Amino acid sequence: MLKAVVIGTSYGGLEALQAIIPMLPKDFSLAIIVVLHIGDNKNGSFLQYLSKNCQLILKEAEEKEEVKAGTVYFAPPNYHLLIENDSSIALSAEPKVHHSRPSIDVLFESAAWHYKNQLVGVLLTGLNQDGAHGIKEIQKYGGITIVENPKTAIASIMPVAAIKIMNPDYLLNLNQISEKLVELSKLH
Amino acid sequence: MDRKKLEILENIDIEIPLFLEAIFQKYGYDFRNYSNAHIKRRLMHRMTLGKFDSISQMQDKILRDKTFFISLLEDLSINVTEMFRDPDFYSSFREHVIPNLKTYPFIKIWHAGCATGEEVYSLAILLKEENLLERCQIYATDFNRKVLEIAKLGIYPTQDLEKYNRNYIESGGKQKLSDYYTLNYGSLKLDQSLSKKIVFADHNLVSDKVFAEVNVILCRNVLIYFNKDLQDKVINLFYSSLSSSGFLCLGTKESLRFTQLEGNFVAIDPPLKIYKKKINNA
Repeated sequence: MLKAVVIGTSYGGLEALQAIIPMLPKDFSLAIIVVLHIGDNKNGSFLQYLSKNCQLILKEAEEKEEVKAGTVYFAPPNYHLLIENDSSIALSAEPKVHHSRPSIDVLFESAAWHYKNQLVGVLLTGLNQDGAHGIKEIQKYGGITIVENPKTAIASIMPVAAIKIMNPDYLLNLNQISEKLVELSKLH
Repeated sequence: MDRKKLEILENIDIEIPLFLEAIFQKYGYDFRNYSNAHIKRRLMHRMTLGKFDSISQMQDKILRDKTFFISLLEDLSINVTEMFRDPDFYSSFREHVIPNLKTYPFIKIWHAGCATGEEVYSLAILLKEENLLERCQIYATDFNRKVLEIAKLGIYPTQDLEKYNRNYIESGGKQKLSDYYTLNYGSLKLDQSLSKKIVFADHNLVSDKVFAEVNVILCRNVLIYFNKDLQDKVINLFYSSLSSSGFLCLGTKESLRFTQLEGNFVAIDPPLKIYKKKINNA
């Protein structure tokens, strides 16, 4: 049975998330953990903006908080987010990875090690290569991988970097992703 | 999924506690109650980098090769810092803590987990601008001796100077940051007048005891690497080290939630994690 979805995105990510998260139903059975590169800005304003049309609860992830289904957790600015053995949140201020903190690779890798084949990884639009290694790691340990079709991505560098080094289970247009997540959550 | 890969992950969860036990037994450094996710990330990377097949193989090496242990110690110690990191914290410290400190004839401050020292000097600058530095004794400690050496020198690369300037201004700095350093050979050296009030010392929060009674403790972005039990233990240590009505400053993503002593502190600035020890009733 699947337990969690991890989503990574950078440039154009707010628009991309806007096309996915509000489409997910209130009874969505998986936890969602997101890394969105937003520089040093505080998370508050975009969380408010995204929350408006959402049926799920959106929040900034807190240190040692237990990850629960039906909630969308965002990595706080300037901290990496990792998943502990007991499915709680760990934050880290260690050096940037791919010039990014939070880094998608850090989240994906630690989620892959913890959730193994109970994980879905989603990599969206972005202007750097963060996340490519991480989504490969998710696949390595049996997780389901979804990469946004570079043609629908506002910035294609991120999805292109991923499909250069791995073969995702699903290469989807942005508007197909939420539907696929709902389908997977019911199937597995 | 490949059964073999799953087994590698399962084994790692068995091997990591054994590995940390080996380090503790052999070298006395205790990482057994660090956050598991954090330790796993560091060890997995060291494993890939050193081309080891397993954590057990690394354990074999660590028991016999002290140089290897030293390099691993570096991996496990996070030394990311900057001058006036989280400028909001420093402006809140000015607003909420300084007026109180001004009523004391002599002030002792403990900066625990000071890494390479940028934040200690930032604090010294702030105290100087508030005309308090002369009355202060700052103890800055870390378990990593290598970073303490850098901290003692107070010489830093200039590559982040622009950021430091921005932070300083945002923190409510009253002068110019350049008043406090000299530039030389592409490095900046902080003024001696700041360091004469700072004592840098080797102290391990995990295994060492209280070493002084202090009025203020700063320990920012250290507890996030510990598990709940260790967080509780360290907060106890801080509680015992603080004088009555002393201040405790944690990192902005840290809290007292996992400590039994939460009720013994008052949050002075909840988002910026500045706490005050309640006056003892006894």
